[in-house]
Amino acid sequence: MRRCLNSPFLLILALGAVVALLPLILPSNFYVRVVAIVYINALAVLGLNLLMGFAGQVSLGHAGFFGIGAYAVALGPVYLGLPGWASLIGGTALSGLLAFVVGRPILRLSGYYLAIATLGMGVLISMVVSNEANITGGPNGMEVPRLVLFGSRITGSLTWYWISGITLVIGALIVVNLIESPTGRAFRAIHDSEIAARVLGVDVARYKLLAFVLSAVFTSIAGSYLVLLDGFVTPNTTSFLLSIELVVMAVLGGLGSILGSIVGAAILVILPQFLTVFHDYEHAVLGAIIIVFLIFLPSGIVPALASLIRRGPA
Amino acid sequence: MSILTVENLRIAFGGVIAIDGVSFSVRRNEIFALIGPNGAGKTTLFNMISGLYVPQSGRIVLDGEDVTNFTPQELARRGMSRTFQNLQVFFRMSAAENVMVGRHLHENRNVFAHLLALPSVHAQNRTTRARAEELLALVGLEGVADRAASSLPYGALKRLEIARALATEPKILLLDEPAAGCNPVETEEIDAVIKTIAAQGVTVVLVEHDMRLVMRISNRIHVLDRGRTLAEGGAAEVRSNPAVVTAYLGGLGEQEAARARD
Amino acid sequence: MAELLQFTFSGLTVGAIYALVALGFTLIYNASDVANFAQGEFVMLGGMVTVFAMAAGLPIGFAALVAIVFVALVGLLLHRLAIEPARGASSVTLIIITIGASIFLRGMTAILLDKNFHNLPPFFGSEPFVIGGATLLPQSLVVLVGVALVLLAVWLFMSRTLLGKSLLATAANRTAAQLTGINTSAVIGMAFVISAMIGAVGGILVTPITLTYYDAGTMLALKGFAGAVLGGMGNPIGAVVGGLVLGLLEQFSAGYLSSQYKDAVAFIVILLVLFTMPQGLFGAKTVERV
Repeated sequence: MRRCLNSPFLLILALGAVVALLPLILPSNFYVRVVAIVYINALAVLGLNLLMGFAGQVSLGHAGFFGIGAYAVALGPVYLGLPGWASLIGGTALSGLLAFVVGRPILRLSGYYLAIATLGMGVLISMVVSNEANITGGPNGMEVPRLVLFGSRITGSLTWYWISGITLVIGALIVVNLIESPTGRAFRAIHDSEIAARVLGVDVARYKLLAFVLSAVFTSIAGSYLVLLDGFVTPNTTSFLLSIELVVMAVLGGLGSILGSIVGAAILVILPQFLTVFHDYEHAVLGAIIIVFLIFLPSGIVPALASLIRRGPA
Repeated sequence: MSILTVENLRIAFGGVIAIDGVSFSVRRNEIFALIGPNGAGKTTLFNMISGLYVPQSGRIVLDGEDVTNFTPQELARRGMSRTFQNLQVFFRMSAAENVMVGRHLHENRNVFAHLLALPSVHAQNRTTRARAEELLALVGLEGVADRAASSLPYGALKRLEIARALATEPKILLLDEPAAGCNPVETEEIDAVIKTIAAQGVTVVLVEHDMRLVMRISNRIHVLDRGRTLAEGGAAEVRSNPAVVTAYLGGLGEQEAARARD
Repeated sequence: MAELLQFTFSGLTVGAIYALVALGFTLIYNASDVANFAQGEFVMLGGMVTVFAMAAGLPIGFAALVAIVFVALVGLLLHRLAIEPARGASSVTLIIITIGASIFLRGMTAILLDKNFHNLPPFFGSEPFVIGGATLLPQSLVVLVGVALVLLAVWLFMSRTLLGKSLLATAANRTAAQLTGINTSAVIGMAFVISAMIGAVGGILVTPITLTYYDAGTMLALKGFAGAVLGGMGNPIGAVVGGLVLGLLEQFSAGYLSSQYKDAVAFIVILLVLFTMPQGLFGAKTVERV
C-alpha cells in the first residue's frame, strides 16, 4: 500500500486497472454514467491541482474554462458547421489561448488578490454565456449535437465511460510525467519559495503561466466531455459555484495529490446521488461532510491517510 | 581583477535609509566577509546585489558587466547564487529535489519532452540526481537525499541551501549567515565546506555573525554600521580598527567583539 | 443630473450592504487569516430569522433583536465547531471549511425555514423623498444611516474597549498577542461573533428593499469578498470603501450601460485596479524578508 501511494507509475497502472475492470461490477447503466461523470470531473480537478496543488496558485475561475469547452462543442457544430471533435479541439485551444493571454497580468497577483482576479475572469465568461441568449440560449441552455466519431454517433453511457476513463488515465500520466521533470520541480519550487526559485534561475512568470494554461486545457476538455455526455449545456457549466466545487474537490481529495483529485471528484459527484435519499437534507449533509472531513483530515483525504499509513496504525 | 564591484549603493524603506553609499570590490577566488552589528544592513545589501531589491542609486558590476537592476534570474544565468538568512527551503520536496531545482538552468527545459517523459528526460533526471547527491555529500549531507526537507534539522537546512546554490555552478556565491544556529562542531564543518568551495574556484561573499569563523576563513572583511562602510581590510587590520571596536562595544556586539579578539 | 443622483442613491444603498459584508470579512481575516465564505449566510439569516420571528407574532424591533442574537450564536458555533477544531490547518483548508459551513447553513435554512422569497415591511413607510429629481426610499436612508451607525459602533469598540484592542493586537501579531496573555482563540471567536452580528444587521436593513431567501448569501459573500480585496485585504476602511465603490460601479453600469453586464463592469474595474495596484486600493506594500 505504501509503495503504491509513493510510486506514481504504479498509481497509473492501478488507475488503468480500475478503469478497465469497474464496468464488470457496476450494476446498471446509471452507475456507469455516474462513474463517467466522476472521471470527467477528476480530469478537471487534476488540471486545477497542477495549478493549485503543485504550482501553488489559486484559481476561483476555472469554471470559465470548463464553460468554454462546454459551449465550444455546442456552438461549433451549429454556427460554424464544425464536426464535434474539431469543436472540442477548438474549444481546448481557445481555453489555452485565453489562459495564456489573461494569465500573464493575473498571475503577477498572489493569494486573495489572485483569487478575486481569477474569480472575476470566470464571472466575465459566465456573463457572456448567459447574456448572449440569441446565440447560447441564455439561462435555458441549448442542445449539444452528439459527437460523431468514425461515422458513428457516440451516445451510450458505456462509450462515454471508456472515453472519459482513458482520457483520465492519459491525463494522470501526463501529470505524473510533468511532476517528475524539471518543469514539475520548477512548479513545486515556486509553490514553496518564489524567491529561492528566482535566485536559482527559474523563470517564475513563465512556469506560473504554463501551469495556468495546462490546467485550463484539462478543465476545458472536461467541460466538453460533460456536455457531450449530457447532450445539453446550460450556464451552470460556467458558474462561480462550479469553480468553487472544483476547488473543494481538489482540497477535499488533497492538494498536490493525483489520487486525491480522483477521490475528491468521486466524493462530490457520488455523494449527492446518494443524498437524494435525504431529499431536502442534501445540502446540509454535504456541507457537514465537507467540514467534518477537513477537520479530521486537514491536508485532504489522500495525503492525510497516506501519512497515517506511513506512521502505522495508531 | 575583481569579479564583483558595488559602487555607492543606496536604498531606503519608507524614509529609513538602510544602505547609504556603500562601495566595495570582491576579487576573484577570495573569501570576502561582510560584518557589522545587528541592523547594519548586511542582508539588505545582499538582497540588492542578488537582484531582489532595486537600489535607488549606485551601480553593481558583475564580471565586467553592469548588472544594476537585473532580475535574480538574469543574475543566476551570469553565475551568481545565494543562500538565505531566513531559510527559503522548498519544504514540500525531498533534500535531493531541492538541490535538483538548482540544476534548472543546466537542464533541457523543453516542456513537451517533459509531458511525454521522453527517455532523454529520464536520463537527464538521473544525471541531475547524481550531481545533487555529490553536492549533498560535499556539504556533509550524505544519506538524507530522500528525506523530506521538512524533516531535516535547522543546521542541515542551512547546508542544504548551500548545496542547492552550488548546483547552479556559480562563479560567485553569497552566503547569508551560513553558521547561524549551528553548534561549534557544525560551525567547524561549515568552515570546512566554505574552504572547499573556495578551493574549487568559486568566489565566496559571506555575511556572518560568528566572528571566529569570519576571522579564520576570510581573506578580506568589510565592516558595515548603520548602512555605511566603517572599515575594510584583513582580519588583523579590522580587529584592531578602533572604529570597529567602538561600533561593536557601543552596540549589542560586546560579546562578539570579545570573541573576535581571541 | 437626476439620473446621476438616482444611480448614486441606489449605488450607495447596495454598496453599504457590500461594505458591511466586506467589513465582516476583514475582521475575521485580520484575526485569523481565514476568508469566511459563510459571511453572506449571516446576512441572509439576519433577514430570514427576522421574517420568521415576526411571523411568530413578535414586533419588528424585537424580532430583529432575536435575529441578531441568533446569528451571533451561529457565528460563535461556526468558530467553535468548525474553525477551532481545525486549528493549524492551512488557510486554504480553513476557507473550504467555511464554504462547507455556507452550504450547510443554506441547507438548514431551506429545511427549517423555507425556500421562498420573503419581505420585511419598510421601517418608516414607503413614500419616497424626491431630491433633485431623484427618488430616495426611506428604507435606503435607513440602510445608509444604519450602516453608518454600525461602522461607528465597530470603530468605537476597536479603539475604546480592551476587548477591541485585544482584537487589534491579535490581528497585528498573533504570537506577540499570545505572549502578552491575550487568549487569541477567544479573540478569534469574538471576531466571528461580531462579524456575524454585522452581517445580521445588514440583512435586516436591506431585506425590505431586496427581499431575501435561503440562497441570497452566495452572491453577497462574493461581492463582499470582492469589495474587501478591492479595498486591500485586511484594511477595514479599505473594505468599506471597496464595498461602496463596488455598489456604485454596479448601479452606474446598470444604469448607463447594460443591466445584464453590470457585474462585468464591476469585475473589469477590479481587474484593472489590481493590475495597477496589486495590493488593492489601500493595501500595504510589503517587503518580503529573506
